[in-house]
Amino acid sequence: MLMPRYLRNLIIALVVIGVLYGLDFVFQGRMMNPYFSRILMLSGIAITLAVSLNLINGFTGQFSIGHAGFMAVGAYSSAYFSVSYGASLAETLGGGTLGWAVALGAATLIGAVAAGLAGLVVGVPSLRLKGDYLAIVTLGFGQIIVVFLNNIEAVGGARGYSGIPIVKSFFWIFLIAIVTIVVVYNIVNSAFGRALISIREDELAAEAMGVNTTRYKVMAFVISSAMAGAGGVLLAHFDGYLNPKSFEFIKSFEILIMIILGGLGSIVGSILGAILLTVLPEALRGFAQYRMVIYSLLLIILMITRPQGLLGKTEAFKGWRARRRAKTRTETEEITAEDTRDQESVEKATLGERQSETSLGEEKPR
Amino acid sequence: MLTLENVFVNYGAIEALTGISMHVEQGEVVTLIGANGAGKTTTLRTITGLLEPRQGRIIYEGEDIGGRPTHKLVARGISMSPEGRGVFANLSVRENLQMGAYLIKDRGKVAADMDRAFKMFPRLKERESQKAGTLSGGEQQMLAMGRALMSNPRLLLLDEPSLGLAPLVVHTIFEAIDEIRGKGTTILLVEQNAHAALSHSDRAYVLETGRIVMEGPSKELAADPRIKEAYLGE
Repeated sequence: MLMPRYLRNLIIALVVIGVLYGLDFVFQGRMMNPYFSRILMLSGIAITLAVSLNLINGFTGQFSIGHAGFMAVGAYSSAYFSVSYGASLAETLGGGTLGWAVALGAATLIGAVAAGLAGLVVGVPSLRLKGDYLAIVTLGFGQIIVVFLNNIEAVGGARGYSGIPIVKSFFWIFLIAIVTIVVVYNIVNSAFGRALISIREDELAAEAMGVNTTRYKVMAFVISSAMAGAGGVLLAHFDGYLNPKSFEFIKSFEILIMIILGGLGSIVGSILGAILLTVLPEALRGFAQYRMVIYSLLLIILMITRPQGLLGKTEAFKGWRARRRAKTRTETEEITAEDTRDQESVEKATLGERQSETSLGEEKPR
Repeated sequence: MLTLENVFVNYGAIEALTGISMHVEQGEVVTLIGANGAGKTTTLRTITGLLEPRQGRIIYEGEDIGGRPTHKLVARGISMSPEGRGVFANLSVRENLQMGAYLIKDRGKVAADMDRAFKMFPRLKERESQKAGTLSGGEQQMLAMGRALMSNPRLLLLDEPSLGLAPLVVHTIFEAIDEIRGKGTTILLVEQNAHAALSHSDRAYVLETGRIVMEGPSKELAADPRIKEAYLGE
């Protein structure tokens, strides 16, 4: 508690990386059934996709249904890089684990940047307008990308793109997933995030508060697209094979279902939704030909009984966060306030602050 | 402070405003009254840049602001409490007020302004951590006004603050308007409730089907037989 924030965050990051690295040995090796470890990793990729889509659909309230398109951009651009330059880049760096890690990092960056740029191109014209235009444009974008990929011979066209270096890495997949969660979580709990939520609640009123709504929507959309691209990178290197078919709109809908099922505007909900929708079809394999029927029925029943999603808008860890924030806020308030206001009003303000925050913390458990 | 010169606004082919001229001076409370569809909200939306005038000029503090994006006007000291209140339903009362101070980076100032809003509307203080969507209509209106004041506007635009509220609450809202004026903020008030609007303002404009048909000091208009018949139901 007494150490500076960056130091604490650094330690947390190192611990997370260490734990992931340790788990990597467990899941990578023969200690775990490869089938289970595959589902686990696919869940990790799904988490990245769902949490990133939730930023734009759940928190900003802009309906995007082309997430698979951005995923495809990330997947194909990074795959092209890995096939063409990945091996040589790894060689020049010594060819060991480190060399491949750098090559992989570069591929991830390229995929994310490419998808982010695609997001910018799609977002700027369609997000200037208020309303559901984004849904139509992103739907069209998703289709166009598939058509494009089917016709680009350099990446295999309709036959699919094979020969991508295979990296089934628990470490890498969950590192990206955790980074996505942390980034989205921090955005949502910042002033930027509150502006995004206010756009979702009432766009006109947000504009009247001085929020440049177009710019903020585009920023959220680009970040969301870039993270979808990173998810695509993971997928491209998971099986070493890509096919345009796997990025059709049905994939976008799958991610959409994950976040609606989990609760639009809840990060924990998105994570649950992603895991559930990845595991459920596998768990139902015992039902053979009735599998997809039961799967669909379960989804319908879930949506009827909990239309707001599993978690609604609540976050499982919100109470803890609010309490911590209350503490740091009163501390900084006392310092900054002293020189701007007289002592009496300072005391009043900080007292009010404390009361309000404790009641906020108590309100939480539901 | 604010002058509209012969402003025309269209919704597609439909003319919503046909040559409106009006002015609001520093420290005044000016009201714009008229029936449904007369163009009251359209006028406010044009001033705040949500609609662009087809013709005419909107001059605020000596500068033509016609068609300027809304969010830029907030920094210039214009703030609006929108029609239908527009509170952020899933944010708490406190967070709503913080959003009102979105452009103010000085936290000490925001805290002081929030105290001021709570002093003006003690009900909001009681509901501080409650989600705005769970407030009553009157409380939401108080929140919308308190939020609009958080940006420390020089010109406050109020769109139908009494709409759909119980008479007792309407009274509270208009008392607040008096209080805001007392602190030196200029107010342009759009109202259907002509009686209350005329008794809490300095000057008034009467809008009918996109044009101004009458204007003058509110007291005189309130005594005018035509106004009495058409808007005060006497």
